[in-house]
Amino acid sequence: MDIPYTVEIRRDTGLNNGKIGIWLFLASEVMLFGALFASYILIRVGAPSWPRGDTILDVPLATFNTIVLISSSVTMVMAWASLMRRRFGTFRIYMGATILLGLVFLVVKYFEYGHHLELGEYPRTNNFLAIYYTLTGLHMLHVFGGMMVNAYFWGPGAKLWKTNPVWFTNRVENSGLFWHFVDLVWIFLFPTLYLL
Amino acid sequence: MTSDHAAASVTSDHAADIDKHVRVYITVFVALMVLTVVTVAISYLDLSVPIAVTVALFVAIVKGSLVAGYFMHLVSEKKLIYAVLAVTVAFFVVLMALPVLTHSNGFWIDE
Repeated sequence: MDIPYTVEIRRDTGLNNGKIGIWLFLASEVMLFGALFASYILIRVGAPSWPRGDTILDVPLATFNTIVLISSSVTMVMAWASLMRRRFGTFRIYMGATILLGLVFLVVKYFEYGHHLELGEYPRTNNFLAIYYTLTGLHMLHVFGGMMVNAYFWGPGAKLWKTNPVWFTNRVENSGLFWHFVDLVWIFLFPTLYLL
Repeated sequence: MTSDHAAASVTSDHAADIDKHVRVYITVFVALMVLTVVTVAISYLDLSVPIAVTVALFVAIVKGSLVAGYFMHLVSEKKLIYAVLAVTVAFFVVLMALPVLTHSNGFWIDE
């Protein structure tokens, strides 16, 4: 049996099922990261002293990664816009750029983590590093997950464009909503961990 | 819906709107870049922690709103999505209030 309302709009919700599904998922994600942000506040206000992020972490590298992730959000939304204009070739270019920018983000993070581990700065070292590794680690997993989904739509999943372009466009839009959410989380993580 | 009909609706219904959207995306991108520079610049001002936190969060909220509003299309979304997000925001606020109330010896948490 086919999945219902992948393209058609449900009369009761005014949305297709994929759209409401991804927003409910993102709502749960808000609570997941919210719980960790609340933990960060609790640990920080309860600590007798707390280091400024820029005394431990690399701000220029994180600023570069912020620019990379924001750029990837633009390429993601342009990938969706390309499908809306029915330009599949352009979609492939923008989606490929989104995946590559995600990869750049992860490579920079790899070097950042490597540098801290070389200095003997582990999650167990202190509370600041513990919450830093937890929040950025979970965020990195989200970047990786988003890249996998985007890679699927860039590659084998793109077959759907030939048989049902509206469904494919909706899928890319939902994948984009997740990707923008990952960008949005970083927009808050960056000043919280690196600058304050 | 056949694929031909589907494809037709993709192109004819929204093509003109999409061109307008793309211009907005570019504008939002530039605004996000400028605000990123502002975020970093503020951290060099040597402000006290409460003021630095307030300013940094304000800029982050503006940036987040631009991403959610325009890239995630929340400025023109259906009511049901707004309802889901309203509930989420309510729970999120409670979640953020918990550690603050704990720290300030709030009215329901005894030390």
